[in-house]
Amino acid sequence: MSELLFFSLLNGIVTGLLLFMLASGLTLIFSMMGVLNFAHASFYMLGAYFAYTISLYVGFWLGLILAPLLVGVLGALVERYGLRYVHRWGHVAELIFTFGLAFLIEEVVQFIWGKETKAYHEPEILQFSLFTFFGQDFPAYKAFMLLVSIAIFIVLLLILTRSRIGLIIQAAITHPNMTAMLGHNVPLVFMGVFGVGCALAGLAGVIAGPALGTFPGMAVVLGSIVFVIVVVGGLGSLTGAFVASLLIGLLQTFAIALDYSVSDLLAVLNISVDAESALRDLWALSLPQVAPILPYLLLVLILIFRPTGLFGKRET
Amino acid sequence: MLEVKDLHAYYGKSHILQGVTFNVKEGEIVSLLGRNGVGRSTTIKSIMGEVAPQGSILYRGRQIAGLKAHEIARCGLGYVPENRDVFPGMTVRQNLLLGIKDMKVEGRWKMDDMFDMFPNLRNRADVDAGVLSGGEQQMLTMCRTLMGDPDLIMIDEPTEGLAPKIVEQVGDLLSEIARRGVSILLVEQKLAIALKISHRLYVMGHGHMVYEGTPDELKANEQIRKEWLEV
Repeated sequence: MSELLFFSLLNGIVTGLLLFMLASGLTLIFSMMGVLNFAHASFYMLGAYFAYTISLYVGFWLGLILAPLLVGVLGALVERYGLRYVHRWGHVAELIFTFGLAFLIEEVVQFIWGKETKAYHEPEILQFSLFTFFGQDFPAYKAFMLLVSIAIFIVLLLILTRSRIGLIIQAAITHPNMTAMLGHNVPLVFMGVFGVGCALAGLAGVIAGPALGTFPGMAVVLGSIVFVIVVVGGLGSLTGAFVASLLIGLLQTFAIALDYSVSDLLAVLNISVDAESALRDLWALSLPQVAPILPYLLLVLILIFRPTGLFGKRET
Repeated sequence: MLEVKDLHAYYGKSHILQGVTFNVKEGEIVSLLGRNGVGRSTTIKSIMGEVAPQGSILYRGRQIAGLKAHEIARCGLGYVPENRDVFPGMTVRQNLLLGIKDMKVEGRWKMDDMFDMFPNLRNRADVDAGVLSGGEQQMLTMCRTLMGDPDLIMIDEPTEGLAPKIVEQVGDLLSEIARRGVSILLVEQKLAIALKISHRLYVMGHGHMVYEGTPDELKANEQIRKEWLEV
């Protein structure tokens, strides 16, 4: 039991921090645009595909650096020549634009790389078991994912709270007009934040590609979860995104690891269920079976009981 | 220094500024007087590019109408909004730092100058700006703009809602600003302050200037005061 808890905890943190790399960019971009960027997870997918192609020529490590940069530049261009132009027609137009962009990227990815999963693997140097605990291996690549995510989290935190550019970003997000009138180039800041947000999503894709698979559906798989995180954490709140990322990461891994059903719970409570009852299928549902819907269940509960999210301040 | 000619501005369909013409010379303190709603704040906002201006705004010979707000600020214009727009959630020190446009250029104001003039701000340098009193927030907004080293500072209603003692402090700061060679365009309700510190005054009514003169001339002109200023 203890090894199960230990590994679920580790895996949950790995997943959670990976999700945070996407959610942090998404929530920052939401704060400044006022709309959710539906194409955010598409940049995550592009990161994986770019890194895959780059790794074919120059190896994994250069891909790890170049792919996020490429995705970041692409993101900045999308903001500068797409979103900023669409912005004048309001939020609905922006929303539809990012929605369309997500479809476009998915089609382009299928067009260039095809529909099948790509053989994008972790580098050989990381293909070993870091340690064995109660007979279960913990792959070194997961530890690497963990390290990269933590490093990114610390760098992001330091930039946002300790540096002057971080101050300007925070001011530009909450008071764009006043910040501009103090002489700061707010549109440039927005383009930068959008670009860096996309680059972070790209980096998440690069390191998740080998672990979770590089296929055209990977954006959709993660995209909806990231929206859940941003809403649960509170729209625009970085702290909220962090807490919610870990929460969802742990929720998902523990739900898969713990093979219990409602009838098990009822048995503990000494309630017997009629084996012929019409609801017996419901009672027999095990946690791993319902694991995929748990984040959305959490989303619904949060929207009912705390519509602003865990750390959100906005009413809408 | 600042030459505004036939300036028009709209909020939606309402025509707020209907041909505003005035100027500020180097080193001058100029006040913009008038009742609420005649377009004094809008005048400053359109000079800063926050409200889209139509007409000519020359700053040191350069046409700034149509430039973006940050470009206008970098020409050397500073703006202190009337709503005391501090950045809450950031400390007093961080607010002041955000006023600096370029860390490499040394301006005529240092953070210590601000703290010397307003010891209150020094004592509360690491306090969240959102919890300061109204007067302290007003000081902070003015100091923040000064940190950007403007050559002309436009201040919207700095004394509104402040206690008499703090109003006096604001007056002192305005004199100090002028002493360091910064021109001031002041939007003010309190006639006493404006008369005391200004070199010239304009009176605004219904979207355009209705009077221009020195403090002494305005003091002598009871008709203008009755018609456009007194409530």
